[in-house]
Amino acid sequence: MSRITFATVWFGGCSGCHMSLLDLDAWLFDLASKVELVYGPLADQKTFPDGVDLTLVEGAIANEEHLALAREIRRKTRVLVALGDCAVTGNVTALRNLAGDPSGLLQQIYAERGDPTLAVPRAPGIVPRLIERVTPLHAAVPVDHFLPGCPPSAPRIRAMLEALLAGAEPSEIGRFG
Amino acid sequence: MAARTLTIDGRLVSARAGESILEAARDAGIHIPTLCYLDGLSEVGACRLCLVEVAGSNRLLPACLTPVSEGMEVQTATERLREHRRAIVELLFAERNHVCAVCVASGNCELQNLAIQVGMTHVRYDYLNPVCAVDISHPQFGIDHNRCVLCARCVRACDEVEGVHTWDVAGRGIHARVITDLGVPWGQAETCTSCGKCLLACPTGAIFRRGTSVAELERDPKRIAQIVAARQERW
Repeated sequence: MSRITFATVWFGGCSGCHMSLLDLDAWLFDLASKVELVYGPLADQKTFPDGVDLTLVEGAIANEEHLALAREIRRKTRVLVALGDCAVTGNVTALRNLAGDPSGLLQQIYAERGDPTLAVPRAPGIVPRLIERVTPLHAAVPVDHFLPGCPPSAPRIRAMLEALLAGAEPSEIGRFG
Repeated sequence: MAARTLTIDGRLVSARAGESILEAARDAGIHIPTLCYLDGLSEVGACRLCLVEVAGSNRLLPACLTPVSEGMEVQTATERLREHRRAIVELLFAERNHVCAVCVASGNCELQNLAIQVGMTHVRYDYLNPVCAVDISHPQFGIDHNRCVLCARCVRACDEVEGVHTWDVAGRGIHARVITDLGVPWGQAETCTSCGKCLLACPTGAIFRRGTSVAELERDPKRIAQIVAARQERW
């Protein structure tokens, strides 16, 4: 059986969902026999390839790079999964929305509350600009499946992957938080 | 006591006259989701989760406040009701900042349980992200308005069970907030007896015991009904 192409993406989150994915331990060998990892923080690939069968996205949409890549991923992915609470609800990442305008927030963090000699980093093309409001993934692009949890446990990630690899509808919704 | 016979979801159910559809359904083992309803407290129909369809009425009626009547035909789980309930829960999540990952009630939260129960995978509405206060002026308890769903169970527990009425609701619409006394910080509310019944009644992590960390909150809202029942026996 030929392997499907598989990608994982890390947006505005803590990487806990990727840690949970790695918690699949020995089952990762089974997964590796069924998928070819073509993009993600666990693979050294700089550009998102065309024709990806399955992509898991961790994290909320917090900056312009996330937004652009989310749109590119959606164009190039058949099945898109929002993995974990930040991708599903915005979660902790979206708490910065309460502070209002992100430029004022950066000014506070980098200058006013920190070293007053430092300035807000501005390096076009290197440091992506924060978008005004952090949003869940589905507010930016259509999402096919949602797996909440902070992070979702390894068995729940496995259950979803097994269902998707078998071409079935994932059944468990699971808990937030 | 006069009995009434009605059908709920096609099942013949008998109920006492004056009983609500919700009570009759529960007696018959038919589950209707609720949030603002709490055994032992008066019903207010605030959350609208228990809306049901009653034959002959164009409007959806709250099961907690609608008395049974003879021959009534009630539907509790139509597609329309399921969609409304899911939308209500999503709107509750969108209206305040319910960040389950950092909430003391995570894993022990009626709102979180409802989300799972109604099949909420994600929120289809834009989050409002309002700026809400956290009041920890009380030496034992705290109130985090980010997590309040305005069910007013604290207000009713304080008024009807403790008999104090420290809690109330001020403001309208999305600006509505529960308040203590006339809007003073909880620690300065002179009427508060620090009994903790509001804490027992709260369905989310909005009212919490100070020092409780994520997923540590444990409470048994059934105790409100036990207190009410025990008093009735005593008096």
